[in-house]
Amino acid sequence: MEAKKYMNPYYAGFFLGLLLLATIYITGRGLGASGAVKSATVAAVETVAPSHAENQKFYKEYLNEHAGSPLKNWLVFEVIGVVIGAFLSGLISHRLTFKMEYGPHSTSRIRIVTALIGGALFGFGAQLGRGCTSGAALSGMGVLSTGGIITMFAIFGGAYAFAYFFRKLWI
Amino acid sequence: MGPLVPDLIGNELNFIVALVVGIFFGAILEQAGFSTTKKLVGLFYGYDFTVLRVFFTAGVVAMIGVIALVHFGLLDINLVYINPTFLWSAIIGGLIMGLGFVIGGFCPGTSVCAAAIGKIDAMIFVAGSFIGVLIFAEGYPLFEGLYKAENWGFVRIFDTLGMSESVFAFLLTAVALFAFWAVSIIENKVNGVEIKPVRLTPYYIGLAAVGFVIAFSAFFLPERKDVIMQNVDDKEFVQSYNLKVMTIDEFAYRLIDSDKKLQVIDFRPEKEYEKLRLPKSSSLTVDNLFEKEPNKILSLRHKINVVVAEDEMTERKIAVIANELGYENVMILKGGLKEFKAQILEFGKNDQAASGLNDDTIRFRTKANKIIPELIAANKDKGTVKKESKRVIGGC
Repeated sequence: MEAKKYMNPYYAGFFLGLLLLATIYITGRGLGASGAVKSATVAAVETVAPSHAENQKFYKEYLNEHAGSPLKNWLVFEVIGVVIGAFLSGLISHRLTFKMEYGPHSTSRIRIVTALIGGALFGFGAQLGRGCTSGAALSGMGVLSTGGIITMFAIFGGAYAFAYFFRKLWI
Repeated sequence: MGPLVPDLIGNELNFIVALVVGIFFGAILEQAGFSTTKKLVGLFYGYDFTVLRVFFTAGVVAMIGVIALVHFGLLDINLVYINPTFLWSAIIGGLIMGLGFVIGGFCPGTSVCAAAIGKIDAMIFVAGSFIGVLIFAEGYPLFEGLYKAENWGFVRIFDTLGMSESVFAFLLTAVALFAFWAVSIIENKVNGVEIKPVRLTPYYIGLAAVGFVIAFSAFFLPERKDVIMQNVDDKEFVQSYNLKVMTIDEFAYRLIDSDKKLQVIDFRPEKEYEKLRLPKSSSLTVDNLFEKEPNKILSLRHKINVVVAEDEMTERKIAVIANELGYENVMILKGGLKEFKAQILEFGKNDQAASGLNDDTIRFRTKANKIIPELIAANKDKGTVKKESKRVIGGC
């Protein structure tokens, strides 16, 4: 069956805004994504190299701030939900396929490398910037946090500034 | 009053909330088309501005919603997580993320979403983000200086810019609407098509109308706090308000009896409170009443809450505010602490006070005059009873 059309962006935005609002009202915090990656990374390091995790400052600070297992974390549960929700949505709209997407002048090999590098940069940047597009930019805008809004401008401004140099990857 | 966590919704149940929120989050992102990198990077090459439309609409809706909830006293913003501002890490981290965005074609949330429907490049992106976090974690001593530099705390943008919250909200909404119009024109140029940038369908008009109603109501209807504060400035209104009053003798008796039901809520300035701290008392300010914290003290049904201040009129005002806020289980102390001090704590010091009283009262007050100062002294070094609610820890 053919994939269904995407939702009108303004409606999607409206629902996303309501979801963010409900999340803030119920839990007092916004949405997020990169925090779950952080929790999973800490959990992995703690399991593979416990003595290393005890000695490195980053893990120590994290484990001090978060009691209990790093995986017992709000964002980890939320991201599990994202996987379920996106999967169900893809199922309903007939978009479940294994495939890779890249620009007409790119190749799958290039795409693998760029996805890995892009992911690493985003993961790193989200640690430094205390949140990603969801946790810092979107949620920060909802509560009008100065830091969140600065991060938002930096992400999108940065992306525009660098876009020209990587145009061959996409168009 | 929100947030509902951790009082109404426990920390364990909160994980279920997280899961449900995530399901909706994932479904909305996927339905909006954020599960394909082509739509995402379209933003940076001008052929598809879906991301901007979704993102800005969501941000504006949430912002207006939060302002409205706070305005009508339904949400305590002091308990909501406000992303802290560390200037340099926010800028540099953001720029690195921007670079990652154009190279990798996703951001963390959208990559999870795309991976869930089988996009292989998204799975690789997720793997990459683990590596990124690991690099940051391992190199943390190197980056820590930058990470913690220029800490501005939990500041909000309108304070930083020195304008009022509603003016900023209005400007941001206007910018968003302008951007929606402008990007449609850019899209048309880049894609070589002609689609009218503004299409006024009933749905859009409906949505915009709801926004306007909220904004206008917030603009014209004064804040709940202001209304109540204005009402209590009216002396007649306060005097005619039906309040339960406790006599100083009963109050003294309950103190001596160390009555478990009694809760004294002291509204004198903190300095005064430090000097004379009654047993079973906690110190609150009038502003505290509008926050979420007093909920815990004032909404316990089987307790007797006595509002205490220097004079009775102040007590009355505060009790009226509490009543208006829905805390009906409050009493005031007759004559205020002034009377209590003169008639109990300093009883016998001047003879006039005792005139006209019956023997029982004199006997009781003489006894209370001895015991209560001891109780106060015993209560002195207990440390502060006041509990501060903590902001929710959020963020990524």
